[in-house]
Parts: sequence; structure tokens; C-alpha cells
Amino acid sequence: MINQTAAAMSEALVKGEVTSTQLTQAHLDRISDVDTSVKAFLHVDAEGALAQAARVDADRSSGKKLHPLAGIPLALKDVLTQDGIPTTAGSKILQGWKPQYDSTVVSKIKEAGIVILGKTNMDEFAMGSSTENSAYGPTFNPWDLSRTPGGSSGGSAAAVSAFEAPLAIGSDTGGSIRQPAALTGIVGVRPTYGAVSRYGLIAYSSSLDQAGPFGRTVLDTALLHDVMAGHDPKDATSINGKFPDVVSAAQKRDVKGLKIGVIKQLQGEGYQKGVQARFDESLQVLASLGAEIIEVDCPSFEYALAAYYLIAPSECSSNLARFDAMRYGLRVGDSDGASAEAVMSATRNAGFGHEVKRRIILGAYALSSGYYDAYYGSAQKIRTLIIQDYAKAFAQADVLVSPTAPTTAFKIGEKSNDPIAMYLGDVATIPVNLAGICGMSLPAGLADEDGLPVGFQIMAPAMCDDRLYNVGGALEAALASQWGGHLISKAPALGGSK
Amino acid sequence: MAISYDEVVAKYDPVLGLEVHVELNTESKMFCSCSTVFGGEPNTQTCPVCLALPGALPVVNARAIESTIKIGLALNCQIAPYSRFARKNYFYPDMPKNFQISQYDEPICFDGYVDVEIDTDEGLKEFRIEVERVHMEEDTGKSLHVGGATGRIHGADYSLLDYNRAGIPLVEIVTKIVPGTGKYAPEVARAYVAELRDILRGLGVSDVKMEQGSLRCDANVSLKPMGSDVLGTRSETKNVNSLRSVERAIRGEMIRHAELLDAGAKVKQETRHFQEDTGLTRSGRSKEQAEDYRYFPEPDLVPVAPDAAWIEELRKALPERPSLRRKRLKQEWNVPDKEMAAMVNADVLDIVEATVVLGADPTKARSWWLGEISRIANDKEVSVTELAITPADVAEIVALVNKGELTDKLARQVVEGVVAGEGTPAEVVAKRGIKVVNDDGALMAAIEKVCSEQPDTAQKVRDGHIPAAGALIGAVMKETKGQADAARVRELLLGHLGQPVN
Repeated sequence: MINQTAAAMSEALVKGEVTSTQLTQAHLDRISDVDTSVKAFLHVDAEGALAQAARVDADRSSGKKLHPLAGIPLALKDVLTQDGIPTTAGSKILQGWKPQYDSTVVSKIKEAGIVILGKTNMDEFAMGSSTENSAYGPTFNPWDLSRTPGGSSGGSAAAVSAFEAPLAIGSDTGGSIRQPAALTGIVGVRPTYGAVSRYGLIAYSSSLDQAGPFGRTVLDTALLHDVMAGHDPKDATSINGKFPDVVSAAQKRDVKGLKIGVIKQLQGEGYQKGVQARFDESLQVLASLGAEIIEVDCPSFEYALAAYYLIAPSECSSNLARFDAMRYGLRVGDSDGASAEAVMSATRNAGFGHEVKRRIILGAYALSSGYYDAYYGSAQKIRTLIIQDYAKAFAQADVLVSPTAPTTAFKIGEKSNDPIAMYLGDVATIPVNLAGICGMSLPAGLADEDGLPVGFQIMAPAMCDDRLYNVGGALEAALASQWGGHLISKAPALGGSK
Repeated sequence: MAISYDEVVAKYDPVLGLEVHVELNTESKMFCSCSTVFGGEPNTQTCPVCLALPGALPVVNARAIESTIKIGLALNCQIAPYSRFARKNYFYPDMPKNFQISQYDEPICFDGYVDVEIDTDEGLKEFRIEVERVHMEEDTGKSLHVGGATGRIHGADYSLLDYNRAGIPLVEIVTKIVPGTGKYAPEVARAYVAELRDILRGLGVSDVKMEQGSLRCDANVSLKPMGSDVLGTRSETKNVNSLRSVERAIRGEMIRHAELLDAGAKVKQETRHFQEDTGLTRSGRSKEQAEDYRYFPEPDLVPVAPDAAWIEELRKALPERPSLRRKRLKQEWNVPDKEMAAMVNADVLDIVEATVVLGADPTKARSWWLGEISRIANDKEVSVTELAITPADVAEIVALVNKGELTDKLARQVVEGVVAGEGTPAEVVAKRGIKVVNDDGALMAAIEKVCSEQPDTAQKVRDGHIPAAGALIGAVMKETKGQADAARVRELLLGHLGQPVN
């Protein structure tokens, strides 16, 4: 059962072939079975999950009208607050904190009857691309346990890839959903900025953060996207408008006559051979389905990474100031006579990891008087140029495409001491965040040289998330028929017997 | 080295800069829906947003924006078609996010002015205070330092934090530098803050209670040698909690600066705290290394872009400017300058006007509120508005006196009754059985009784010594428990004693 898609599980639940309690228990069993080696979860809430499953089962037998995803289990990135459930954002500074409120995303998924299995591992405060920056140790890639699952939403991606959950939620500030989806052979979407409420999403970089769905198929991902998106008066940057129908789009799968733009700057040199090969093949598949492939030029993308590593740290230096030991979380150095200032300083020194400190220092510097214009100010100008590049490109093409990441999953520890090499892995995903548009990564096959999954990235204009699902759905169906099933069916079985 | 104020202003020219913080009286906080009611149990008016729990986000209170635009319009400001919030970053335990959401280089209102009138040696003189900006921000929580002698953080055993105030909407009104006030600097500053207070009260956007901190003034003062173009170093005095303190603080700082300058010392650029008891300031934190607040646009909020038509609607609905209103009332009521100033100082203008609107004669209304009622309020140490007596009550009392149903003396008893909560004037009259004794027979009986008790005095009057009648009249009034009309008593008494009644 756990190897099914969420859509298939939903059908089985509706037909009464399985109860949500059974489905939930099967996933909890799988977690106890494999998570000692994958380490996707920071906290498993078996009790809460089974209680929610029982509620859904009771509602179903009483004939209540339910959401299609009611009773389906889900893994939640530990960056979203859930009332009464430990939430750490992968940081020691929040160890032991239990939120007193649900994030809007959690309220929505609870309301849909989705079963939250637990909280998943992540790079501390979503800063990283490998989940190695978690204060609670790394998560391992189910395809090869010596490798990282990518990050920062590595726990959520690994959970879906390892069949510990059919669905998961991550957050994407510079590629933190799409890159781990690519590295673990699943589908991940970063929705349009403002489409999913950030209320209760622990902020890394407010102007770039966006929560989004993971699934093993494009349709599963669309079903979850549909639950998450919508206007929220508690988030001032939330869009108040008509949201595209992503579920219909995922089933439409019609690319005939669509113009697909390949971004010149996001291919070729610097991209692993097997990554480029699978990407090129996917383009041929799309062409064979009737799409027109063109090349578009986005000259400012060259500066995207530099701009990102000024804007995101600047915002984080301010967003993370609230972690001061005064009201919640860790408190260090609170001995007799210690001043509040000393306690704040000691706590922040003990509670934050290296990468977080690196970015706070970088951001505080970029915002300081005398440097603001040169750093933060220039970065904002580049951001505008990137938005303009996208606008020109979308005038020529309906969607834009690139490989999601330059490489397949890398070894644990391989890039830990080389932050620049780690940052370069986000070169293809970051422009989407800077422009506030939407992007999807879906599996494009396995690289010949290492047999690891390759991600294909699709980008669409703001509030055109449906285009991702239409094109993604079409490519996925064509590739699956070539491969005789979804790529995920080729994933190692791990220790699991079920 | 003592130096007199006259010596200071003979030698130096003061330059002022005033920053006024106003707590708006919106029902909910600036960025969340928590209540803003003053004086609640600590930390009962909080939520994830104003406690800065991880993940919580601010949403702007639309009413606060409306109030701020009204203030800007009333201060003759331009209203920005597009303005943004910014984060002001610094660590302090009573500031939950460790940044304050404020406005930085894009305030919502800018370039305004306020005119104030000062009584100078050359008569009334108008000064224009230019307003640089009016912007929105949020208040911090409150720290309570426990233990130690001073109630200050140094020497305290521990501190308690109350976040009820965190996130209350604040409007900051900043003047441009105010030169050219000379020796009247303290009075001009006081008049400016008073005028602001009246304007804000008239707009109904704030409680403007300085003693509760809903209106707070920071006074920047510097001195330059007479005739110099170079500005001196300024000090910023905080904790100025009354109009009188504004005046005292500035006068005190001018003297302190002059003493330093005369001694060849430098004025330190620093924050100072006004001390109510001594009228002096003490040094706070030094501002020599200017703090770097790392301002940047608040990414959690969208820009404020008020509709131009809406701004015009707000402009049309503005109430009469207090200074203009004072001029109008002075003319309508025909009040001398001194009396007008007395009413303004005693803060009874609104209530007198309300009484006049209800039909009372302006002079009578004024003398009741400024006289007897103010006296009672002083005794009780409350303001006249806090007493149980209303403009309608006073108008009724004035009418009763006019109709001859009450004497002034009886009317004072009625006022006392109304203030004591005995009901409306009519009810007090009925309950206490207060009435003017109009029965000549009863009065004659009392007169005869008094004359027989004080035969010597009665004889003096008979002999033509009219002033002696006063004592007899007083005795008759006492006999009739003050309910007699004194004029009628005089008439009857003089007739009784064979004297002409003029």
C-alpha cells in the first residue's frame, strides 16, 4: 500500500479497501523500519497521526463529505508551526519549543483531513542545500545512504522518496524544495510567492520564502498544492485573487503548440554530463509531444547567486534576532547576576550553528550603514534585472526550463567545508525565488555515470502555477511509458520488507 | 558656576528639535488584533504576533493608517502616495522581535507646520514650527526592574517584562530644527506640544495623556553663540511627561549647556532623562558612536498606497483647528486674553463651549467651570471632566438662577449635590428642599427676630448708618438657611428700619 501514489490511496480509502488508520499505521511501521538509516524525521507524532486518522475514518463511515486527501499521511518540514508539537527549524536554539499555534498551512491540511505523521529534518533555519546543517545530524539519501538528499527540505524529500510518506511539505527560499526533489527522484513545487501563506513558516528570508508540496507524481503534488494555496489575511504578502486550477492542469497534459524556452545561461558548462543528457532527452520528449523548443537569453542570471547571498542573509540577520532566550527556546548563561545582554549573546552563540552564524554576520554587514547601497542596494537592483529577464523570456515562451541542479546527489561531507561549492548548486533554482515566480522539479531519469536521479526544472510566471503541472504532467506520462513506470519504482527497497 | 537664564539668552541662541510620540487610540494593536486597553494584567494582551513567536507575521492596522493620515493633514503635511515600513534593528529584552517596525526614508506624511502664539514682551507673537515628518511605528513592551534602590536596570535583582504595550500603534511627529525662538524657546516648545495635544484630541485619534505616556516628548536642545551660523552639539532629553516639564527641561538644558560652554567644555551628544523632582536632567546612554540600526524595507509588509480621493475625504472631514477655534470663541464670547488663557490652561474650553451650546450665558458658564467646579476638582485632585457634573447640569443651574429660582449661594449647594451624585440639578433641588424664600411674611418674622436680638445694630441703621445693615442681613440669611433672596431681605430690612431703599 505504501508504494502507491496518494491519488491511488485516496481511491482505496473512498472504496473502503483500506482505512486511514491502517494506512497511517503502515507508514508509521515503515518509518520505524527505515528511518534509523534515512533519518528523515526529527519528531514522529504517532499518537496525533492515529487520532486524526481515526477521526477521518469515523467521518467517512458517517457519510460526511471529505476532501480527496482526507486520511492520507504527510510529512511536515520542521519549519512550520504545529500547535503543541515540537518545532525546531533544525536548530538547537529552538530545542524543546512547542508552538502555541498552527501555521496557516497546517490549519489547512488539518482541515482537509490530512494526517501529519511528524516533523522532518532540515538544514538549520532552511540555510543549506544538503540537510547537513541540521543541529540534529544529517538526513541520508534513500537512493544511496552515503549521499545527501539535498536541502534544505532534505527530510521531507527523503521521507517521500523512502515511502515513509506519500506526500510532504517543504519550503523553498533558493531551491530548497526543487533541489532535494531532484536529488531524491520525486516531484517538488515551489509555488508563486504569495500563493501559500507564510503565517507560521519560521522565516529565513521573508521576501523569498515559500512553502510548497512534494509528491511522487505530478498529480499527487497538485492535489497537495491545491490544499495549501489561497489567500490568508494573516499574511500581508498573501495574494488575494483567483488561483489557477492545478489539479485539472496536472490531468490535462497537453503541450501541443506550447513554447518551451531553454535558458541559455542554465545549461552546458558546469552541469554534470548525465544531468545534461537526461535534460536534453526530456526536451526531445516534449518536442515529440508537439511543444516548440526555443532558446532564451537571461543575461542577468549570472549575478543571481551573488544577489541571493546578500538579500537572504540580510533578511535572516533581522528575522533571527528574535531568538534571544527571553521568551522561548534555549537559554544559556543565565547565572546569578548575568545581564540580559550576556544571556542573549551566550544563547545565540551556543544555539546557532556555523552556517547560520555565517549568514547572520554576512547580512548584518551588508545592511550596515556605509555598506547598504553597495551590497543590499545593489542586490535589489539585480533582483529587478532578473525580473526583467524573466519578463522578456516569458514574452517568448509559455514556460522556461533547465536542469534543477548541476549535479546528482553528492556525498555526505563532500561540500561541507566549501560553502561556495555548496552555494553554486543553487545556481539554477535561485532566479525563481528572486523573481517571485513558480517552479517545479520532476524526475528526468538516472544519470549514466552514477545511476542517481536527475531533476528537470519547469518555471512559469507568477500565478501561472497550472502551467507547471500541465507541462510536468505531460513529460512525466511520456517518460513513465518509456520507463515502464515512475522513476521512483526504481528506488532501492532499503531495509523495508513491507 | 551658576549662570542665570537671562545671561544664557544674552550670549547664546538656542536651537530646538522636538520629537513627539503619540499612542493612537485604536482598538487593536498596530500589527495584530490584540486589545490596546491601558492597565491590563501583564501579558494578557498578547498573541504570537506581538510576542514575536517564530513564524508569526505582522498585518497593518488600517485604522492606524487612517489616524496617521488625519494627523498629517491636520499638521499641514503632504501625504505620500507610496510609503513603506522599515525594520529598525537593535536588541532589547522588551522588544520581542529585536527590531521595531517603523518608517525610515519613506514616511507617510512630510513637510508640514504648526503655528503657535506666545505672549512676549512685545505682545502676542506667532512662531511657525516646521514639521519634517509624521510616521508610524509600534511601541515596545515595558521592563520592570525589581530590587535595587532606583528602580533602574543597574542594581536591580531581576527584571520583569510586560508585553501588553508591545505593538501599540505609535505615531512619531518630528520637527525640523526650530531656530529663532531666542529666550522664548521653552515657551514655544511648550506651546507647540500643547497645540499638538489639542489638535490630536480634536481629531479623536489619541487619549493624549502625557502622564500615562500616550503623548511623550523628546526635546533636542543645542546652543550656538549669538550671531554664529554653526549649530552646537545637541542633547536629547527624554521622560518629559507634562507641558510644564517641557518648559522646565528646555530651560534647564539651556543653562546646563551654557555653563559647559562658558567653562570651555564640550556638550556631549547624548540622551538625557528629565527628573520631575529636581527639574534637572541626568545622563543616559551616550550617542557619540551613532547606533547603526541597519534599517531596511520591511519584507513582511506591502507598501502603503492610500487612495487620493480617500485622502481628500479625510481632509474635508477634519475638525476646526484648535488655534482658530480659540480665536473664534474669544470673539464670540467677548473674553479678555487673560481669561481665555486661564480657560485654556485649566483645560475647560470644550466643556464651557458645550455648556454655552446648551443655552448658558458664556460668562456664567465660564465662571462656574473655572470657579466653583474647578475648585472642587482641585480639592479632589481630579480634572473637571472626571466630576459627575455635566455641561447640561451647569446650563440647567444657570437657567434656574436666571429665573430667580436659585440664588448664587443656593446654586453652589446644587453644584455640590450634583457632584456628590445626588442627581440632576432639579433632583438635587427637590431632594434637599432648596428653594428661595419668597414669602415676605416669613422674611419679616426673621427680620424682626434678628432686630430684637441685635438691638444696638438695628439702632445704628435706624440712625442712618446703612453699612451696619450687612450684619443684620447676614443673620437673616442664616435664619432662613440661605434660602432667602438677599436683595429682597435688604429691601424689607431697610424699610422696616425706616431707611430709604435706593
